[in-house]
Amino acid sequence: MEIAVLLKQVPTTESLIDIADDGVSIKTDGINWVMNPYDEMAVEEALQTRDEVGGKVTVFSLGPEKAVAVLRTALAMGADAAVRIDPEDKILDGIAVAKVIAGELKKDAFDLVIAGHRAVDDDNFQIGPAVAEIMNIPHISMVIEKNIADGKIKCTRTIEGGTIELETALPALITTQRGLNEPRYASLTGIMKAKKKPIDTRLLSETGTDPGTPMVETIAMRLPPQRQGGRMIDGDSAADKAAQLVKALREEAKII
Amino acid sequence: MSQAVLAITEQIDGSFKNVSFEVISAGAKIAGSLKGQLAVAVMGSDIENIAGQAAEYGAEKILVVDHDGLKDGLSDACTQAAAQLVEKTDPLVVMIGATSLGKDIAARLSARLNAPLAMDCVDVRVDGDQVVATRPMYGGKVLADVRLTGSPAIVTIRPRAIKAVVAPGAGEVEKVDINLDGTRLNLVEKHMETGKIELTEADVVVTGGRGMGGKDYGVIEALAESLGGAVGASRSAVDEGWRPVADQVGQTGKVVAPNLYVACGVSGAIQHLAGMASSRVVVAINKDPEAPIFSKCDFGIAGDLFEVVPAVTAEIEKLKD
Repeated sequence: MEIAVLLKQVPTTESLIDIADDGVSIKTDGINWVMNPYDEMAVEEALQTRDEVGGKVTVFSLGPEKAVAVLRTALAMGADAAVRIDPEDKILDGIAVAKVIAGELKKDAFDLVIAGHRAVDDDNFQIGPAVAEIMNIPHISMVIEKNIADGKIKCTRTIEGGTIELETALPALITTQRGLNEPRYASLTGIMKAKKKPIDTRLLSETGTDPGTPMVETIAMRLPPQRQGGRMIDGDSAADKAAQLVKALREEAKII
Repeated sequence: MSQAVLAITEQIDGSFKNVSFEVISAGAKIAGSLKGQLAVAVMGSDIENIAGQAAEYGAEKILVVDHDGLKDGLSDACTQAAAQLVEKTDPLVVMIGATSLGKDIAARLSARLNAPLAMDCVDVRVDGDQVVATRPMYGGKVLADVRLTGSPAIVTIRPRAIKAVVAPGAGEVEKVDINLDGTRLNLVEKHMETGKIELTEADVVVTGGRGMGGKDYGVIEALAESLGGAVGASRSAVDEGWRPVADQVGQTGKVVAPNLYVACGVSGAIQHLAGMASSRVVVAINKDPEAPIFSKCDFGIAGDLFEVVPAVTAEIEKLKD
């Protein structure tokens, strides 16, 4: 089975985010860049599937030179091949990213594409389903369990208030949700081997895909209002504190 | 029949989801700014009896798509129906609730129509002749204004971010036939937890963190029930296997916006704070008086949650007598 995995390099979720002087991006000094956590699950799922049914795992990332780090991580985890698409400093919106990635995926015959259900930087929830749409294949989002048999994929996904089990024919795209698996750590030998594996670098201008002019543009960024330190409620006993809290919620906050 | 705004609704158990009314209200505002009409799409099976409700929030036109193939709310069938409604109404703006289904429809629709998309927005307005939407990024650590160029502009609205306002519209009902040939997803089974209040739609959320020390969430569940709220969990509680992933509040879980958020035994990691920042009032209960959560709450109690939480529940119950 030929499996493609889509990766994005993002600031770790521990990051304190601040707005850059241009007002439309974040300050990047001191940011620790890692693989999007949902993409780690995508790599893990791809590796498990390959080890079960055979085949090859190719990881893709559209990003600047520093994005090589996440491709190396995926290779160290056990991926077979890595492709970096260099945006050549062009600003791309979600649809443009989806077009470029789908264009590259179409150059090979992948049976299964796995992506994170969102990247924890722009929280866009768009790339996976949009790539599937452009490739004209079905997709199932936020998968927590999957089974492949007889050219079909059966997945359980989360929805509000429960889960739903869906089936479709391959080729298909799925996006990962927490609970699907526990991503492995790269072994030391894996890391050493990954350093020697080639990265197939493709320039955006040479891909043959026209990303178009951006239709979505960030025009301002700000930090949301911050809560200041709250009022501590003191009392002689738990019951006393509870009574004061409920009184405050009722009379001051008027919330209950 | 060109419309300014097409608002796409969603139901659960034969009723509109709350977010649908919020989407209609947001759509009415945008249609007003564009001096155009608001059409509301009601898609499903046997939904004719509820469709009229859309008029209460400002639908000028109600497009009823009644089709067996829409009854399970599968994303490909719904996307196909939505695409045909867009073709029919030729709207400037398409608005959808940012639910798991709504996000799937919006993402595929943006690719199918080559149209701009702003996902999971907390505000939307018209600036000149362009749509500007405000959306949280980095798990809520940042708010970004994005400008959408091109038509239709697709905007999904985060549940509880925009108030549903009763403002009656003409509500002229039109039945629309659609073609669902070629859909590829098949439903195997649906497992719904009955009576469970969805975290993202809850008025009250009571969350238990690492301080719970184990799987027994009895005190949290009792307080949540007393307040008519939902139970949440911190990432560490989920990682420990005490609660399901679906209960997780935070940057890699759900972003919640209840009127009242009660954090019990939650230390207040930055990822968790991002997920609860939009709550109206935050109460923190933790035995460590130095816990970071106390600097991001409205009311704090330093104390043993297993004593304080049941005492709070008892006080709430007293109010009901």
